[in-house]
Amino acid sequence: MMRGFVITVLALLTGLFCSSVTYLPVIGDPYSVPNQHITPVYIAQSELDTGSPNIVTGTLADYRGFDTMWETTVMFLSGLTTTLILTSSTMGRRPEKEDEYE
Amino acid sequence: MKEPFGGYLLNIAFRLLVPFTVVYSVYVLILGESSPGGGFQAGVVLSFGIVLGRLIMGEDCKLFNIKTKNTLVIAGVGTFIYSLAGWLTLFGGGKFLDYSFLPFAAEHANELHALGILMIETGVTICVMMTILNIMDAVVKRSDDDGSAE
Repeated sequence: MMRGFVITVLALLTGLFCSSVTYLPVIGDPYSVPNQHITPVYIAQSELDTGSPNIVTGTLADYRGFDTMWETTVMFLSGLTTTLILTSSTMGRRPEKEDEYE
Repeated sequence: MKEPFGGYLLNIAFRLLVPFTVVYSVYVLILGESSPGGGFQAGVVLSFGIVLGRLIMGEDCKLFNIKTKNTLVIAGVGTFIYSLAGWLTLFGGGKFLDYSFLPFAAEHANELHALGILMIETGVTICVMMTILNIMDAVVKRSDDDGSAE
């Protein structure tokens, strides 16, 4: 029962996504909506604004600096969480060796 | 540095690969502003150099075996350097992360932007490197414990 329901929902979602693919803009189309909004400004102004000849670096570090800051923070937190999970889950199993984990 | 590290292959690997990797990561970091590369890639390459040194030198070398406590702290310091760039621009009179207002002496605003980009990418490099070392430390410690328990 549950299995049939899941399969039906997955098939419906797959059909929906497959049918909506045709409405997406073609990759590399210069007249699509995202390529006409802010991208020409970045391409034209990046070297003047950021002083960096690399448009990717200029966008990533200067125009979208706030985004990259939280990206770094998310990575730091994920590493911290991984360390905490991997090192602390052995504590409950062998409490006699708990002193080794500082 | 005169004594061998345990074999011909390990000598070559340590004396050629580790310095080359570390220098190359600094190259990727510095030139990330004008060529492909940047903070994330430089951090990964640098952490690869340190992991390689740790694999060759073993547990005894204090230079490559950074304690888990210290890697956590230094990864946080890398993240702090990034946000420090934002705070410096705030104190310089501009908006957050607006590198034109960095309180450094420069002739042109472009140089300030280059300095700001270099600063945040240094922070990203330190954070990425220490996070990778951190995860490796955790996995190694976990597998060591599991091996000794059984």
